[in-house]
Amino acid sequence: MKKLLTYLTAYRKESIIAPLFKMLEATFELFVPLVMAQIIDVGIARGEDGISYILTRGGVLILLAIIGLTCSLIAQYFAAKAAVGMATGIRSALYRHIHSLTYTELDKVGTSTLVTRMTADINQVQNGVNLFLRLFLRSPFIVAGAVIMAFRIDRKISAIFLLATLGLSIVVFGVMKLSVPMHAAVQKQLDRVVLSTRENLTGVRVIRAFNRQQEEKSRYEENNTLLRKLQLKVGNVSALMNPITYVIVNFAIVAIIHQGGIAVNTGRITQGEVVALVNYMSQILVELVKLANLIVTLTKAMACGKRISDSLEIEPSLPLADHPIDAREIARAWEEGSGNVTEGKATRSSQDIAVSMKNASLKYAGASAQSLSKMNLTFHRGETIGVIGSTGCGKSSLIQLIPRFYDVEEGVVEVLGHDVKEYDLRSLREIIGVVPQKAVLFRGTIRDNLLWGKKDATEEELWEALDVAQARDFVEGKEKGLDSWISQGGNNLSGGQKQRLTIARAVISKTPILILDDSSSALDYATEKKLRESLSHLSHHPTLILVSQRASTVRHADQIVVLDDGLLSGVGTHEELMETCEVYQEIVHSQKEQ
Amino acid sequence: MGEIKKSVNQDTMKRIIKLLKPYWLLVVLSIVCASLVVATTLYAPILIGNAVDLIVAVGDVDFFGVVAILYRLVLVILATALFQWCMNQCNNHITYRVVSEIRTKTFAHIQGLPLSYLDAHSTGDVLNHVITDVDQFSDGLLLGFSQLFTGVVTILGTLIFMLTVNPWITLVVVILTPVSFVVASFVAKTTYQLFQQQSKVRGELTAQIDEMVGNQKVVQAFNHEGASIEEFEKVNATLQDVGHRAIFFSSITNPATRFVNSLVYAAVGVAGAYAVIRGMMSVGQLSAFLSYASQYTKPFNEISGVITELQNAFACASEVFRLLDEAEVYDRENAKDKLDESDGTVEISHLSFSYDKSRTLLTDVNISVKPGQRVAIVGPTGCGKSTLINLLMRFYDVDEGEILVDGVETRDITRHALRERFGMVLQETWLQAGTIRENIAYGKADATEEEIIEAAKLAHAHSFIRRLPQGYDTVLSENGGNLSQGQKQLLCIARVMLKLPPVLILDEATSSIDTRTEIRIQKAFNELMHGRTSFVVAHRLSTIRESDIILVMKDGNIIEQGNHEELMAQGGFYKNLYMSAM
Repeated sequence: MKKLLTYLTAYRKESIIAPLFKMLEATFELFVPLVMAQIIDVGIARGEDGISYILTRGGVLILLAIIGLTCSLIAQYFAAKAAVGMATGIRSALYRHIHSLTYTELDKVGTSTLVTRMTADINQVQNGVNLFLRLFLRSPFIVAGAVIMAFRIDRKISAIFLLATLGLSIVVFGVMKLSVPMHAAVQKQLDRVVLSTRENLTGVRVIRAFNRQQEEKSRYEENNTLLRKLQLKVGNVSALMNPITYVIVNFAIVAIIHQGGIAVNTGRITQGEVVALVNYMSQILVELVKLANLIVTLTKAMACGKRISDSLEIEPSLPLADHPIDAREIARAWEEGSGNVTEGKATRSSQDIAVSMKNASLKYAGASAQSLSKMNLTFHRGETIGVIGSTGCGKSSLIQLIPRFYDVEEGVVEVLGHDVKEYDLRSLREIIGVVPQKAVLFRGTIRDNLLWGKKDATEEELWEALDVAQARDFVEGKEKGLDSWISQGGNNLSGGQKQRLTIARAVISKTPILILDDSSSALDYATEKKLRESLSHLSHHPTLILVSQRASTVRHADQIVVLDDGLLSGVGTHEELMETCEVYQEIVHSQKEQ
Repeated sequence: MGEIKKSVNQDTMKRIIKLLKPYWLLVVLSIVCASLVVATTLYAPILIGNAVDLIVAVGDVDFFGVVAILYRLVLVILATALFQWCMNQCNNHITYRVVSEIRTKTFAHIQGLPLSYLDAHSTGDVLNHVITDVDQFSDGLLLGFSQLFTGVVTILGTLIFMLTVNPWITLVVVILTPVSFVVASFVAKTTYQLFQQQSKVRGELTAQIDEMVGNQKVVQAFNHEGASIEEFEKVNATLQDVGHRAIFFSSITNPATRFVNSLVYAAVGVAGAYAVIRGMMSVGQLSAFLSYASQYTKPFNEISGVITELQNAFACASEVFRLLDEAEVYDRENAKDKLDESDGTVEISHLSFSYDKSRTLLTDVNISVKPGQRVAIVGPTGCGKSTLINLLMRFYDVDEGEILVDGVETRDITRHALRERFGMVLQETWLQAGTIRENIAYGKADATEEEIIEAAKLAHAHSFIRRLPQGYDTVLSENGGNLSQGQKQLLCIARVMLKLPPVLILDEATSSIDTRTEIRIQKAFNELMHGRTSFVVAHRLSTIRESDIILVMKDGNIIEQGNHEELMAQGGFYKNLYMSAM
């Protein structure tokens, strides 16, 4: 939490001015009953002669109101400035922090949670800080001020104020303390009711098919009854607050009048001062209730703040290399060595190993078993590699080790002859092109999206990449061509179009290693075939890794990696595997007719 | 227009009153308590004023009088507190009970609604009625009860009290109070535009966050972090600017109304003091007036809010009532709830059906399925393959003709008894929040551990379940949470494997599963279906070829029917379809 407050220090001036002026406003408010007492004691006592005095005092009241308004506006202005500024700072810091997290933390926290932290939670904190700056000093100040004013009028009677304030605080804060967790419980239960309802709507066919309506009804009724009980419980507690505070304040007034009578009789105070004391007492209650509500908002804001600072404290889990190697330099040297590659034929000397895995195993954080075990693979310069297997067998996991999205649990992954852990992470990812399984595009033009792959790509390079990805036709077909707008998530494009653009985006940077993670599934067979051909004729001869569920996609690869349940079940060419690998045979067989 | 709206409102009002009827005693009690609270609250300042009047100056204090008044004041205070508590309790009970009842009722009602209604309305819509509308209604009801009534009574009471004390000063209060509304509404208008601006920028920022944080993995894979942050900072700075202005302007409301209140207070003070000098009222009455002046404006500010809230509550209530008015489906009166031992014969004769009566779909369909036969339904996407399944399961009822299961016309038995015969796996997977075990045992609550595991093994789900952190006890979040689509489908299949129904319906049940696993599951299905009747919507040619009856659908109607050889010999649409897929 303390960490978040540092974002307020940039607005130190504002966060001091705001409460200060609030206090000033409150001070002027505290003078009001005193002025009124003067009107009664001096003005009225003088009779007809007192009228001009009363009018000037009335003028003082209006002046006090104007000063109060001015102070208040100044305070609101600076409170808003500080709160919004702090929220902006936190938002920026958290956004940056999220960009430094690795896949492991993103999996664990979940990106949708992070989105909530960035939006709703930060807004709550902003609200809380704003209210805090405006009210947190004002309310206690008025309460304290009222007690002090009472003390100045009459010491003995101010004891009543102290007692009453104590009693009120106990009740107001006691009720809050009791009801806040109860409100949370109500909300949680309400969420359950919502879930239950939504499930029943989305699953209506299944529920009816399985004849479960009765069970669902009683399940719902159970939830709903519990909700009602919890609501009534909170209601019972809250229902006590008003009556009890009313009794305390008014009993205090009874005591003030009684003691005040004695004091007036002996000449310690005047009648007008009795009226002033009664007024102060009423002010205390109003402010304490405000304070209590403020505390509710603050607790919520604090909970949000806690979640935000927890998110800020998540440490990226990939340890950085002590002396990071710049992968781009290695790649440049590698490119120079590419002269001995002739089209379609891969060389297999040890200097030409693009990727190698030695006993590499992967276990995701929180998983009970390894998702990949003992991978031993070698991919050479210019080779085309196919990776195939059932859903959930570890295909995606395997290729995610190469750009070091995850670290291996055991073993080593090497890229261009160096352990991936030795590289500067960003440079490593710059030499590996990845087309993720989910075709994600961003709001902006087609051009904007392609430039993700290479910031300074020329018009020519853009079209070249689109050619490779078999996307030229449909981009040309668009009225605005490369400048056509893509809406959020690429929703105005078909699945196949999205896939082709994501491929173009990865191809454009001409990386020595190019990975396609099942990224042509939405393309028809003919287009896919053309795509495969254009990929194998790329002028810079990348090591191409194709992940797929389709046997036809990987069939012509130089090496096919067959995975089954996280284990390597075979490596080789199509012909070799058809002889030796049972899993591969099954896959091919199952797809034969299509 | 206005007339209709009025009658709808009256109707809603009547129904709300009907809902409240069982609680009429509490309602009456609440109203009585509220009136008493207002009366005693207004009476207290008068008593205080009277007491102050007896405390004039040194030696001029009527102690007997003061103490007598204070005794009365204590009683009034205690009575106020008691009535207030009693009123709160009544309101809580009425509101929460009524709302809870409506919720249960709507939920039960949904269970009985025909699928034609649920298919035509989005989940979000219906959910809104059951949750948000009911909630708003409850808030409105509670607020309406506790604030509107007491607010109005307070204003009236205060006016009467003030008028009896001094009409002239009352006039001062009545004239000045509306100024605070004028100020408040002026501020509200200016703020509105700023808030709209703010929400626009905020929307833009949220979209950016959604995209970049939601797809953070892609952002990182392309080293796009720098650009993403740069873009974000721009919008973030704009939001800071707009947000600051919007929040500042909106926060003017309170100080402004407070300022007006202070003016009222000063005016009452001056005018009151003048009146005291002229002997028109006493100092105590002035003190009572001062406390009224601040009390009087409060309910005004509240009431405008409460009225909007109440209008909203009414609108929500009428939405809920409209949902409750939707007709439920009922079984025939003498429908049998039990079917005798079933063999799985299905006979469809002269069946006609369409969703939209202006567009005919199935017309005069006749199908005869013997026990243990497999029926495949094929056709291009969107040709209405699921329609037949909707009719078999009686999610929809036929327009004409009949469907007989085991020789019984399906409308002569209850839907419950009919659906007991069927097991269904749909393309769209649905799982409940709960453990994997509960989900598999969904159709058979008393299944043993062995049966559950056996079903999971048959569905080829066992191996992935085993690898989950808590195995079969892994709790799934709503609709399967982070399981893959394929895994979810495997669980749905396990669920039906456990139920072992006489007739099986598979609607693209293996569409998200890789081909190799699909073939294995198909084998399991084949064993399971041995001797059972099945209806299969499929695209896999081998499945179709081996079926006993193939129904070829196009544009919502069945255009060809027969087994593979017959249809190939016919040389029609099926042959075309088959040849193009080969």
